[in-house]
Amino acid sequence: MTDSKYFTTTKKGEIFELKAELNSDKKEKKKEAVKKVIASMTVGKDVSALFPDVVNCMQTDNLELKKLVYLYLMNYAKSQPDMAIMAVNTFVKDCEDPNPLIRALAVRTMGCIRVDKITEYLCEPLRKCLKDEDPYVRKTAAVCVAKLHDINAQLVEDQGFLDTLKDLISDSNPMVVANAVAALSEIAESHPSSNLLDLNPQSINKLLTALNECTEWGQIFILDCLANYTPKDDREAQSICERVTPRLSHANSAVVLSAVKVLMKFMEMLSKDLDYYGTLLKKLAPPLVTLLSAEPELQYVALRNINLIVQKRPEILKHEMKVFFVKYNDPIYVKLEKLDIMIRLASQANIAQVLAELKEYATEVDVDFVRKAVRAIGRCAIKVEQSAERCVSTLLDLIQTKVNYVVQEAIVVIKDIFRKYPNKYESVIATLCENLDSLDEPEARAAMIWIVGEYAERIDNADELLESFLEGFHDESTQVQLQLLTAIVKLFLKKPTETQELVQQVLSLATQDSDNPDLRDRGYIYWRLLSTDPVAAKEVVLAEKPLISEETDLIEPTLLDELICYIGTLASVYHKPPSAFVEGGRGVVHKSLPPRTASNESTESPETAPAGAPSGEQPDVIPTQGDLLGDLLNLDLGPPVSGPPLATSSVQMGAVDLLGGGLDSLIGGPNFVAPPAAAVPANLGATMGSGLSDLFDLTSGVGTLSGSYVAPKAVWLPAMKAKGLEISGTFTRQVGSISMDLQLTNKALQVMTDFAIQFNRNSFGLAPAAPLQVHAPLSPNQTVEISLPLNTVGSVMKMEPLNNLQVAVKNNIDVFYFSTLYPLHILFVEDGKMDRQMFLATWKDIPNENEAQFQIRDCPLNAEAVSSRLQSSNIFTVAKRNVEGQDMLYQSLKLTNGIWVLAELRIQPGNPSFTLSLKCRAPEVSQHVYQAYETILKN
Amino acid sequence: MIGGLFIYNHKGEVLISRVYRDDIGRNAVDAFRVNVIHARQQVRSPVTNIARTSFFHVKRSNIWLAAVTKQNVNAAMVFEFLYKMCDVMAAYFGKISEENIKNNFVLIYELLDEILDFGYPQNSETGALKTFITQQGIKSQTKEEQSQITSQVTGQIGWRREGIKYRRNELFLDVLESVNLLMSPQGQVLSAHVSGRVVMKSYLSGMPECKFGMNDKIVIEKQGKGTADETSKSGKQSIAIDDCTFHQCVRLSKFDSERSISFIPPDGEFELMRYRTTKDIILPFRVIPLVREVGRTKLEVKVVIKSNFKPSLLAQKIEVRIPTPLNTSGVQVICMKGKAKYKASENAIVWKIKRMAGMKESQISAEIELLPTNDKKKWARPPISMNFEVWQKRSLDPWRVC
Repeated sequence: MTDSKYFTTTKKGEIFELKAELNSDKKEKKKEAVKKVIASMTVGKDVSALFPDVVNCMQTDNLELKKLVYLYLMNYAKSQPDMAIMAVNTFVKDCEDPNPLIRALAVRTMGCIRVDKITEYLCEPLRKCLKDEDPYVRKTAAVCVAKLHDINAQLVEDQGFLDTLKDLISDSNPMVVANAVAALSEIAESHPSSNLLDLNPQSINKLLTALNECTEWGQIFILDCLANYTPKDDREAQSICERVTPRLSHANSAVVLSAVKVLMKFMEMLSKDLDYYGTLLKKLAPPLVTLLSAEPELQYVALRNINLIVQKRPEILKHEMKVFFVKYNDPIYVKLEKLDIMIRLASQANIAQVLAELKEYATEVDVDFVRKAVRAIGRCAIKVEQSAERCVSTLLDLIQTKVNYVVQEAIVVIKDIFRKYPNKYESVIATLCENLDSLDEPEARAAMIWIVGEYAERIDNADELLESFLEGFHDESTQVQLQLLTAIVKLFLKKPTETQELVQQVLSLATQDSDNPDLRDRGYIYWRLLSTDPVAAKEVVLAEKPLISEETDLIEPTLLDELICYIGTLASVYHKPPSAFVEGGRGVVHKSLPPRTASNESTESPETAPAGAPSGEQPDVIPTQGDLLGDLLNLDLGPPVSGPPLATSSVQMGAVDLLGGGLDSLIGGPNFVAPPAAAVPANLGATMGSGLSDLFDLTSGVGTLSGSYVAPKAVWLPAMKAKGLEISGTFTRQVGSISMDLQLTNKALQVMTDFAIQFNRNSFGLAPAAPLQVHAPLSPNQTVEISLPLNTVGSVMKMEPLNNLQVAVKNNIDVFYFSTLYPLHILFVEDGKMDRQMFLATWKDIPNENEAQFQIRDCPLNAEAVSSRLQSSNIFTVAKRNVEGQDMLYQSLKLTNGIWVLAELRIQPGNPSFTLSLKCRAPEVSQHVYQAYETILKN
Repeated sequence: MIGGLFIYNHKGEVLISRVYRDDIGRNAVDAFRVNVIHARQQVRSPVTNIARTSFFHVKRSNIWLAAVTKQNVNAAMVFEFLYKMCDVMAAYFGKISEENIKNNFVLIYELLDEILDFGYPQNSETGALKTFITQQGIKSQTKEEQSQITSQVTGQIGWRREGIKYRRNELFLDVLESVNLLMSPQGQVLSAHVSGRVVMKSYLSGMPECKFGMNDKIVIEKQGKGTADETSKSGKQSIAIDDCTFHQCVRLSKFDSERSISFIPPDGEFELMRYRTTKDIILPFRVIPLVREVGRTKLEVKVVIKSNFKPSLLAQKIEVRIPTPLNTSGVQVICMKGKAKYKASENAIVWKIKRMAGMKESQISAEIELLPTNDKKKWARPPISMNFEVWQKRSLDPWRVC
């Protein structure tokens, strides 16, 4: 007799029968009945009606039966909360049982019963179990705190369980430590701000000791927790790394990957000149390679992670190309991932081998794999210039195979090769044209049409070819239609005489017979262009296209850094930040790599202060989103960019607001032609043309004393990231008004018009007070300077860092996004001088923990000069004292949003280092105020 | 962490379902069945995301094990856990099959309750589990026994229980090496590595402290010290190991600092370590296949094997598997040595040779009749595989047992 009989479906009236059996006097029969109930539950039958009868079986000394009843309880207690209370007594009694296994079982099960009423009864037994003499009970109780927190977080805090849990980190038993760490990490995730884990060198040391002693799973919990710690300097980072490296030899791949995560993260803090840095790099390669001998599912996880690691630190695996060669019996998911990594590792040194492999793969059986292999050959051509010729000839060989999908894939990549090496391989066009008829996939058709249009002048029968596509115009996908439209217009501009009829035909097809708005709009634009100014049309449509970049589908750097912090987890498998696939606020704390710091400098010193002077800061360029406008200019056939990472990265940058709604108002014309005059208070001149702003410059020249420091312009948006538009700029504050001085340079070959600007919500509500006005179109190589007045009445959202400003600039080509940091002193208002008494009172009133101290080094000025210079930037000296030969300046300033910052500046005559103490009710601004001091005093 | 764990049969019927977290509902069970088990095409990834719920699965024969979560869990850990789960089940009731799972479902639930708490893996060493999760129901344990169990389950040596006694203390070490070789169609070796496993069978009493030393012939690349130049300078024939990993009983920090493998072994058989080496691999055999397609319905296959090792050594139990196309209708085999047979169920010709000395050569030729098919997909020509054993007397070289 075996247990499988319980799975056999029984007839009607089963519940009734079970009820009778459950209430039987015979123990054996009871147990049989409970087993049947559990089996029914497993296959999804509703057996909740038996609740009271099953609970009645709970009081038994048979542990097996007890566990089955508990299993039932966990499943159904929620639907029968009142009945569940019946079980409480037994639980409470079991928590006192002399047998530790039963005590633990009771507390473990009780935590799984998610009924509010039960949780109240749970507190007392749990408190006892957390201090139980038996480690088995303690380790179970530790996890139970996390369970209870999940049901009722407030209760856990009120009952002080968190502190008990923290104490368990110092427990003598390693497994208790590991479970406490796991529970605390989980609770901390839902309270991102709380300093629950409170990692400090002492607790880290405890964890590292426990690491050597606990189970493989415990080691994973601890390593994952360690990865959240930021060591205070490189020395500490190194010593932790040294103690973590032995884990790389663990048989459990998850332990290895978690150790790799800690090392990859802390390595960020080590100087590259350090010997240890090199040793560490060398130590990382072998375990990563060993992961590839694990079971296929783990290989997959490892490969997804290696993909990230080679993007972050290509040097680690650069000599290991061969281990990524595909094996015959690899599952397809492993094969595809290996292929990806092979391309990333391809270099001039190994390209011959890689190509030989790829060629082999292109003859395999699995269609997806073959396609990817063909595409990979194209990517190699683009990446390693020296191999381009060989890649092209390989692709031609593949086209000769006439295998339909191989040919199509090859044509798609050859198009990219043309983009990368213009005028080099066009001789192959003839071969491509031979295969025109076999193309049935939109992407391949579109690629082929692009090639025909682009090289229309070299293809004698280009018009015939395109005409043949035109026949079934309405059955084509949008991609092909758009491409066909553009290609025929190109053809017309190149050979106007013979193709007039053709172009008429396609324009009418696109504008009159199509209900696709994109197609229609593009058709109209071409039509108007061609009818009003054919020369301009030629310049626009046949404009020289920028080269495509070498590395395709790289993960955007900030996302990559974030994903490195998630090595081993699902995020690293999906290549998406957790916020993209985790619901709610759980576990979506944004993680970032630690900044590099050195131990020989104190953290207060200016050199180590993160985010230097605003002018030196490299602006982040947010990748462009939609390519709608670029589309028009036939740039739509850019290299294949992987969709999801881009989309998610912009979400994380907070650019959503810019995209949603806001942009529409930008593009909508009339409301920004006539700016509301009231919005431009004192700074009228700035919005006028250059003539007037010259005048204004004069006045500001006179008033230098009252104007605050202006940083030199820095490049915010490089031309290569914005289709030829370069934007540099700085921020100024003059007589009470803030403005953003921009310099727009057109480095593209086409004229730019229709400029508009918008800011994302930011910490101080900075917003343009008037629209961006560029009066004349910006012709190639022209530069225009504009001063954009700003106000601080925009919507407010706290940014990280505080002074981060995300900007969208639109022109006729596209919308571009960038972010920049503004110096805080542009927000210091003119009435920031505080009265002495007030100053004293406020200084005392602000709690001491809000005080921040900084060092300003190498500033040769004396107290008077400092005072007057700061005053011109609206930092006012309230009082001055001389204490033991040191000059003490007491200063105040006020921000646009009414926050007061009080400062004490200590200057020792003859010593170029000043000490600055800042006190403010919003301590997060201190760091930025200090930077403002630095900037003002040093320039 | 893991929100739930389901086990299905090949039809997608759920055999075991255990939910640990509130965010996993009953519909998750069906979502996996519909989207993965019953999916039209072959599974393209062991991790599937369905409506913001992630499913990790592994398959053992025709049983599916799926772990479910809605959080950003440690993916490597989930898979390691699923493998471990399979090991534990196998240790309790043998092969993982539908029959065995149904027969032991109560036991499986009990195990799942113990080794996964709120989705966090707990001690999953069978040695320890077997002391208190038994199929005999509860034994009346004395207080000492109970505390011994709990201290073992949570303790530093969770893999071994105390008080083991053997009349004869014995220890066996097997070194199993597999040569992985990738060759181009032209016969050029693209990459080769040996992955070795050291399997230990320990029948020792008490809490034995074992220590293995490595002799100086072994150079571990990871150290960064033993570069190829240095080893060749030392003149000795060295064995370079690229990397090795150890069972969790081995004290890793000791290995890192002293190069010695010290541990208290679990009782019975376990895998002590794995290693990988890529240097100076001498292939013991060469297999030279020759496939000729005669028309559409006939295939001629000739395979030559050459043993490349010292003539004094002897390879035993050689088994060569030559895959055949799916539409094979009949096979005629002629071999000079050993026995060869076409196994239709495995789509392969299996050629067995009892023993073969070094530097010898043997061949097989076969004529394969094919059924004409409309299938345009060509035959993928899977690789020929080969198994054999070479016994060496110097069994403990290069490992020295202290």
